[in-house]
Amino acid sequence: MKTIGVRRERRKTSWVGRLLTVHGIAGYLFLYLPIVVLVVFSFNASRYASAWRGFTLDWYVSMLQDQALASAVKNTLIVAGSSTLISTVFGTMVALAMERYRFRGKLAFDALLYLPIIIPDIAMAVMLLLFFILARLRLGLVTIIISHVAFNISFVAVVVRARLAYFDMSLEEAAQDLYADEWQTFWRVTLPLIMPGILGGALMAFTLSIDDFVITFFTSGPGSTTLPLRIYSLVKLGVTPEINALSSLMLLISMALVMLSLLLQKGGGGGIEIV
Amino acid sequence: MRRLMMRTIGLGLVSVILLMLAVACGGRDGGGGEQELAQELHLYNWSEYIEPQVLADFEAEFGVRVIEDTFSNNEELLAKLQAGATGYDVIVPSDYMVEIMIEEGLLAELNHANLANLGNLDEKFSDPPYDRGMVHCVPYLWGTTGIGYNSDVFEEEPDSWSYLFDPEIASQYAGRITMLNDVREAMSAALKYLGYSLNTTDEAQLAQARDLLIQQKAWVYAYDTEQYEDLLSADEIVLAHSWSGDIFMAADEDERLWYAIPQEGGVIWADNLCIPNTAPSKYTAEVFINFLLRPEISAANSNYAWYASPNAKAAEFIDPQILDEPAIYPPSDVMEKLEWLEDVGDATPIYERMWTEVKAAGP
Amino acid sequence: MEIQPRSRRETRRLIFLIAPSLFWLLVFFLFPLVLVLAISFGQRGTYGGVEWSLSLQNYRRFFDPLYLRIFGRTLLIALTTTVICLVTGYPLAYFIATRPPRWRNGLLLLLMIPFWTNFLIRTYAWLLLLRDQGLINMLWTGGLHNALLWLSNTVPLPVWGRLLEATSTSLSLFGTNGAIIVGLVYGWLPDMVLPCYAAIERLDHSLVEAAQDLYANRVQSFLRVILPLTMSGVVAGSVLVFIPSLGAYVTPDLLGGAKSVMMGNVIYSQFMSARDYPFGAAISFVLMTVMLVGTLIYFRLGTES
Repeated sequence: MKTIGVRRERRKTSWVGRLLTVHGIAGYLFLYLPIVVLVVFSFNASRYASAWRGFTLDWYVSMLQDQALASAVKNTLIVAGSSTLISTVFGTMVALAMERYRFRGKLAFDALLYLPIIIPDIAMAVMLLLFFILARLRLGLVTIIISHVAFNISFVAVVVRARLAYFDMSLEEAAQDLYADEWQTFWRVTLPLIMPGILGGALMAFTLSIDDFVITFFTSGPGSTTLPLRIYSLVKLGVTPEINALSSLMLLISMALVMLSLLLQKGGGGGIEIV
Repeated sequence: MRRLMMRTIGLGLVSVILLMLAVACGGRDGGGGEQELAQELHLYNWSEYIEPQVLADFEAEFGVRVIEDTFSNNEELLAKLQAGATGYDVIVPSDYMVEIMIEEGLLAELNHANLANLGNLDEKFSDPPYDRGMVHCVPYLWGTTGIGYNSDVFEEEPDSWSYLFDPEIASQYAGRITMLNDVREAMSAALKYLGYSLNTTDEAQLAQARDLLIQQKAWVYAYDTEQYEDLLSADEIVLAHSWSGDIFMAADEDERLWYAIPQEGGVIWADNLCIPNTAPSKYTAEVFINFLLRPEISAANSNYAWYASPNAKAAEFIDPQILDEPAIYPPSDVMEKLEWLEDVGDATPIYERMWTEVKAAGP
Repeated sequence: MEIQPRSRRETRRLIFLIAPSLFWLLVFFLFPLVLVLAISFGQRGTYGGVEWSLSLQNYRRFFDPLYLRIFGRTLLIALTTTVICLVTGYPLAYFIATRPPRWRNGLLLLLMIPFWTNFLIRTYAWLLLLRDQGLINMLWTGGLHNALLWLSNTVPLPVWGRLLEATSTSLSLFGTNGAIIVGLVYGWLPDMVLPCYAAIERLDHSLVEAAQDLYANRVQSFLRVILPLTMSGVVAGSVLVFIPSLGAYVTPDLLGGAKSVMMGNVIYSQFMSARDYPFGAAISFVLMTVMLVGTLIYFRLGTES
């Protein structure tokens, strides 16, 4: 599949291009500025972040021994993983339908689709709690996942629709003239073309899920504490560098995974076909 | 290749949904019999509020695994119970919240026959005003709200609310004061400075307290409930409206920090062990509470969290550094001036509105 | 571009596409939402329970100068945040989209990774940067001030005096609206970049070239061709930034020192410290209605222009 995108123009590396590069680097520096602070303080001997009292690896040791933290990380990954998977598939499907078809009640459905983004999270948290109790669902990981999917579908749909908005339908038609199979058209033409949107939506869903506190708190039950819940409850006593250590470790792992995927990709040579 | 990938995703999706359904429909834990220990106990607690060894000891002695979940404020706990969340055996609400939970019918009555160690409690705490006769709860740890400060800056102890409110004094520390970001606590400080009860529902008195807080706002660095000890230690601030234990814990590392109970009186509070009436095993919960009432266990938790223990018999096991500190165990004349926060019922929205007015004031 | 389903086959496909989401949103969102709507017509019980009734009193309470003023302030902060995210996020998305294909996914992931650390921890890191004795001020009054001192001694120029004076006292960053906005921009920048990227990446290269041939001026070719073609991303991104900024409550508390309230704080404290669910629900509904209408209009305007 040939990538359709703006290719870098070598002949016109003008001041605009340079400015863009400088801005890009500055943008990433801004995003990583607090992250650097966070990592540095994970090595601080003081329990409080106020002053530097020497280098230590103690927080990493105690973090690795912390059972409660380990189970919180496990729960967080289960919730974020499954809710991202479900909401990405459902959200992409609904985005396809919304961009393609006119149907009765579409405006109402459109509104319904935006509501989870718009609703204040505390209101959503309270209403879901009331609902789960009413429906006699036992609070736990399942109810957390259900709730996360309920808001993530909308976020995925918005991002994918941004990609689909000017989708060239003639490409699909051309493909159908050749293959004449809808599924093949979808897998080989449509999906690769909207993949950046899907990937963006999935990333956003994962990020929202991994970091949600309010809705998770209200829909969690005994034994389903996730990482944000654990961290927020620690706040009463001040955040310990143990959490910084954990965050740093997670960053390291994520970075390593990204590098790995980039290396693997180089072999394939494909651009947007990452999954 | 891609088809394989999609098939895998599809399969994953189906299995996730099936798994969810299976878990959702899975059986509930049977509530144990009257006098039989369950295998597990679900404790819903503030974080870092119980010595981990205590939980291990309980498990070793009774063979009951304690699973601890944590919450970060009373209102969150209430919201969940009010909605009907189940599965927790023991919860640890603060005083005024116990009162609300009793009113809302959320707490089970304790069977005192299973709580042989109740007699260990100090009589000052064995008849708490929010639950006379300990029908629904047993005090766990207690503390006060007062003023945390940097002792390098003050020649004499800032043991008066005037350090936070008197224009002549407070203005000297402009931009170096924090107030608790909590409507009842902040209003209490102002009401005490004015000489009123901190449970008043008189709108004129409340309005006066509000105006005082608005006047004070010009000198306030931040309204903060989480990191004032950190700010004190970093020299960002010198005075902090604060909860006792936080400052003592930080003083362990930065000896310049200390804590004073204002002479006008302040808030006394206690966190309590209660059993929700939906508890899977009330008997196990009572055995656990009785265990926590043992003198040496109670002392271990006090030593761990730097809060005072309501357990009189625990005194001999408590670190003398804690026991002899008047700011943790105040002398009786100070004790008499401390006041419990009570739920103010229909006046709650009035408090909230006035607090919003304080927050919305200024530039 | 949208079509009416023509055949039964297409109708079936449409149903297949929307059924899962429709089911999920109806059961796990709309139905619970109706519960909250019902609550908003109730009254607060003495102990914070809900007493059912059918009154509009909670809605009337919202239209009070106090809350309207807070609402206005909140709008202003959210709008500023959105504009800053747009003017910084769009070029960032453009930068990513114009890298060689194999770099793009890596850059996108690199954009999101900071956000896989906990929100609270990130915000605390910002606190360490923004405090009076924080890292930024250490650079300002320490590093920068000393560098200027050295410069003024080696190269005498009239400007040094004023600069030295400025760097001699620390900047008060913490507890200001500026700090709140920095925190919000930081938190929601990726939500602007992702949809913009999705739209820019899809641009047809030949169109961009044609535009550059057609309009001599880069600004013109950008405004007339590139921007309209990527408008869907801009619109989606703005909504994804504006809405959560409007509902923010942790950032104003931590970075703003809780010295000012935003609408999110008002709602949160109604549900929590005031335990006034009916009022909290009523404010939520007023806000949601305003935002929903605004969003739908904005999307219409944005994608049709």
